[in-house]
Amino acid sequence: MSIKQISVFLENKPGSLYAMTGVLARNQIDMRAMTVAEASDFGIVRFIADDVYKATTVLKDEGYVHSVTPVLGVAIPDVPGGLNQVLEALGGADINVEYMYAFLGGKDVEHAYMIFRVQDDKAAYAVLRAKGIKCVEQDEISQL
Amino acid sequence: MERYYQPEIETASREQIRAWQDERLVKQVRNVWDNVPYYRKKMEEKGLTPDDIKGVDDLHKLPFVTKADLREAYPYGLLARPLKDCVRIQSTSGTTGKRVVAFYTQHDIDLWEDCCARAIVAAGGTDEDVCQVSYGYGLFTGGPGLNGGSHKVGCLTIPTSSGNTERQIMFIRDLSATILCCTPSYAAYIGETMKDMGLGPDEIPLKAGIFGAEAWSEEMRQDIQKTMGIKAYDIYGLTELSGPGVSFECSAQTGMHVNEDHFIAEIIDPETGEVLPDGEQGELVFTSITKEAFPLLRYRTRDICVLSHEPCPCGRTHVKMSKPRGRSDDMLIIRGVNVFPSQIETVLLNHGYPANYQIIVDRVKSTDTLDVHVEMTPEMFTDNLGEIERRQKELVDSLRSMLGLTAKVTLVAPKSIVRSEGKAVRVIDKRKI
Repeated sequence: MSIKQISVFLENKPGSLYAMTGVLARNQIDMRAMTVAEASDFGIVRFIADDVYKATTVLKDEGYVHSVTPVLGVAIPDVPGGLNQVLEALGGADINVEYMYAFLGGKDVEHAYMIFRVQDDKAAYAVLRAKGIKCVEQDEISQL
Repeated sequence: MERYYQPEIETASREQIRAWQDERLVKQVRNVWDNVPYYRKKMEEKGLTPDDIKGVDDLHKLPFVTKADLREAYPYGLLARPLKDCVRIQSTSGTTGKRVVAFYTQHDIDLWEDCCARAIVAAGGTDEDVCQVSYGYGLFTGGPGLNGGSHKVGCLTIPTSSGNTERQIMFIRDLSATILCCTPSYAAYIGETMKDMGLGPDEIPLKAGIFGAEAWSEEMRQDIQKTMGIKAYDIYGLTELSGPGVSFECSAQTGMHVNEDHFIAEIIDPETGEVLPDGEQGELVFTSITKEAFPLLRYRTRDICVLSHEPCPCGRTHVKMSKPRGRSDDMLIIRGVNVFPSQIETVLLNHGYPANYQIIVDRVKSTDTLDVHVEMTPEMFTDNLGEIERRQKELVDSLRSMLGLTAKVTLVAPKSIVRSEGKAVRVIDKRKI
């Protein structure tokens, strides 16, 4: 099913991302995927961590505002047309992709892993499964 | 059942109050004429002698006293008693320039503490209560005033003074404090800290708060009441007149009763100095008629508010003043428009943002800029960037309709705006004019 993405509010100023990654580093939290969405004066850092509970706890303790959002981690065959095939499945089911970003380098050489934020993650999961496209489970993240 | 500290005074007939005021005013005018050369000179310049003042009807003839007079007369120029009769000074925070020093005889302190005691009883206080005074002690009048009032009521008084928020909360919990006295911004901070500690309103023993010394909005009151599960009462005062307790709120929470047996209140047009009728908004002017050491006649407070003689359900007969919209010192003139920080606060709270904000005014290429910094909260945060920007824009729109000018709204990290343990620093004016 879907996996948990942590979204953190950051001010758009030098050093604020560094301060947050410092919190994660000191607490030995491994980020598996990450992206930054920016507005004019603030940004949202979105990432997938190996340990969601620990990551959200230490961020809260350090005073960060955050939320947890369900997203899909899709294993895309690393061949020409791989992504196209995934998007065809989602588009065919009228599922809108709000944003997507890639996992950081993994051990699996046959697949590229990407995060998809869609409006209806349950429907998207079912559609992809029907097309034989695999989605990552929460407990598989640390092994990727 | 409404309780009063001095029922015979607080519920006296209007005629009785008027009789006290007439008699005490005449006496006070004679007193300053005889003992304060500064006043005598001001009266002479207007061609007045004490005989011209026969009662409250003649009050309007007297010249105003302004903060500039207090600065000019600093430190002893307005003293009406020899120093050997004075037992204390208190002083203003000096946020708007030079400090003002006010003198007290023991009798002055006694009457001041009575005024504070009236406020505590109006907030439901009795000798069964535990009253924590988290206003600063020292030169600031907040701590000493409420401390004295709390003693008079017979409350067990916890003189924590301001600061060390964890210790404040420890005493509130360990000694089951039922009444908290501090500035509203500090009350909000204590409330926020207790919430972060996971304490719900039911787990906080407090039942009432007496919050004053700075302008705060009705929305902020609702917020504090909800977080702490208390009833929050406003209290008003100025060091120049005594300190907190010049006026105070009753259970009706619709304005503050002026202690008219000690202070005569007038509302004037700040431009012309003309006295305005009841119900009109203008600048509040006070005459202290019982003060011995440091009497002030027609002191211009620069606070903008409204007076009302409408009967109050609490049974008190003393005139009520509205929550001041803000001191005219707090008023910002931005691109020619008058802006009170309390207006901005109202908009923020209406949109669900916290009362922690900062207003930054600057001048870029000879145009004033207004930037409101607001803290992001867990309640307001969402992963949806567009949604956050939409709410930000709504806030800009509401500020525009409230203020009549466009402000920039900047969302900042939680707890990044410095918390105040006394009066909050809401405005940073970087303009060099």
